[in-house]
Amino acid sequence: MSFLPEALRLSRAPLNERFEAATEDEAKSVISRERIDEHGFAALLSPAASPHLEAMARRAHELTLRHFGRTISLFTPLYVSNHCANHCRYCGFAAPNAIPRTRLSLDEVRAEGQAIAATGLKHLLLLTGEAPHKAGVEYLESCVRVLRPLFPSISLEVFPMETKDYARLARAGVDGLTVFQETYDPDLYAKLHPAGPKRDYAFRLDTPQRGAEAGLRVVNIGALLGLTDWRREIYATGLHAAWLQKRYPGVDVAVSLPRMRPHAGAFQPECIVSDRELVQAMTALRIFLPRLSITISTREAPAFRDNILPLGVTRMSAGVSTAVGGHAKPGQAGQFEISDPRSVAEIEAMLQSHGYQPVFKDWEPIEGCA
Amino acid sequence: MEHTDFFEIGGKRLTSRLFTGTGKYGSDSLISSVCESSGSQVITVALRRVDLDKSADNVMRHIPAHMTLLPNTSGARTAGEAVRIARLARAMGCGNWIKIEVISDNRYLLPDGYETVRATEILAKEGFVVLPYMNPDLYVARALADAGAAAIMPLGAPIGTNRGLKTEEMIRILIEEMDLPIIVDAGIGTPSQACQAMEMGAAACLVNTAIATASDPVLMGRAFGRAVAAGREAWLAGPGAVATLAQASSPLTGFLDDPGAAS
Repeated sequence: MSFLPEALRLSRAPLNERFEAATEDEAKSVISRERIDEHGFAALLSPAASPHLEAMARRAHELTLRHFGRTISLFTPLYVSNHCANHCRYCGFAAPNAIPRTRLSLDEVRAEGQAIAATGLKHLLLLTGEAPHKAGVEYLESCVRVLRPLFPSISLEVFPMETKDYARLARAGVDGLTVFQETYDPDLYAKLHPAGPKRDYAFRLDTPQRGAEAGLRVVNIGALLGLTDWRREIYATGLHAAWLQKRYPGVDVAVSLPRMRPHAGAFQPECIVSDRELVQAMTALRIFLPRLSITISTREAPAFRDNILPLGVTRMSAGVSTAVGGHAKPGQAGQFEISDPRSVAEIEAMLQSHGYQPVFKDWEPIEGCA
Repeated sequence: MEHTDFFEIGGKRLTSRLFTGTGKYGSDSLISSVCESSGSQVITVALRRVDLDKSADNVMRHIPAHMTLLPNTSGARTAGEAVRIARLARAMGCGNWIKIEVISDNRYLLPDGYETVRATEILAKEGFVVLPYMNPDLYVARALADAGAAAIMPLGAPIGTNRGLKTEEMIRILIEEMDLPIIVDAGIGTPSQACQAMEMGAAACLVNTAIATASDPVLMGRAFGRAVAAGREAWLAGPGAVATLAQASSPLTGFLDDPGAAS
């Protein structure tokens, strides 16, 4: 069982024609429907839906309020290594980039963890590049054991692993997994990942399901917006999320909407996704999958993050550093430039001023369970 | 007037039949005001959200002292996980009441009847006052009663949907057949729906989303408190006779009373 056949079908399907063919009447009628199939989802993403963005936003707000209330869960990334064997053309950590490479010692990991925990955060996202010989499963397991006393919830955004490795890390205390396909277009994927283990499109695509099978509670997927046509990417992301929800009903499926930012390499976004388009993408996802968790990172600017709060967001990062060791020792170069440098306390105050409750803790680790 | 209609459960005597929750509020600081306005005496809290390390943000800080805590096992996907969460809740000082939620479907949040019965059996033996959340199914309800549940909590509609008593007929059967109190949980979206459940003979209602996501949760809490009380009084009063047909002005059997028409 794999999403691969569906992803390949989508990559060959005349999706652009479908988006162009949708009419305003069709889009309008889909917005208020209780159940929406993939044709309806395409209509919501179509240019014809764009004039009805306000109606989509109202519907997305209503559904988000119903299922998640006025709450936003907070987390922050912790970069423990930037060694990487991949050549992703858009990434600041790519192997060809001449940047200082480092892997934190366990004492440094503890110091980073303590600096983050001091801000009140309880949900942590652990990140590395893809260099299993430098920062592999064993190293991650050691990191998790050091961090577990400080954080009730630890997710990974590292490199695709086998199911048995996820199961091992789940036993150590990991409960979530973030893995972006970057692009669902296999041809573009091959061009953007010219060397390194990440070249394997299919192995990466099946990563969320391996995590789900290993018992992880949360899987967070996404496409890097800016690499190609956003409508196709969001459409594939939504169908991938729906596929995961259906097959792993016990898993909390989340989607991120990362828009490309400037970084250390020479790569610039192929297409710019406007604010209006990002809002259309997010509200269409919410209407299509009302219980989907939606994550917005600090790639987005403060004013935009504040404004999209009611439109479907359920998770936000706060107090972010994308540099290895950047919490205990600020001022180093990160994987990408963040646009929202606000501290955890500032994000907390912002959420409260907008009538939202910042949720710091939404998981209690149970001994013997993922 | 002296209150005589008590709801006794788990060794406690309650005057309010509205149970409330702690989730989905824009600010936890609203919780104490909702407890006051609604008159509720029992409040459910997800153990996963309790953060004893962070005193300023701890949801428990906002729950008035007179409330009976009903910790729930939100996040449990199996009986084993629910049992562990329940034990943790008791060890953390949350008392011995537990609302069992065993859910392994994040799309609809429907409870797993089999796992819920297993968890109920284990926890009831350990001395917990067990209130299991369930699909309104008579066989599961009987199994829960046999397992030692203190009450049965059938859903009116899937959690958070505010759709009302979609399972009305199934709940009516539970009320008629079960000796345990039936507490309608989940799906109640308006005070009139809570009132309807109470008029049907439910022992109590648990309402969270409809209050927490209202524009004015405190006012909505009061409305639910009143609706539940009104529904209860209607149940106690007994309904008036309901005629299905209006009285016909020319009765079809009128000829039987008309001597001139007799043959």
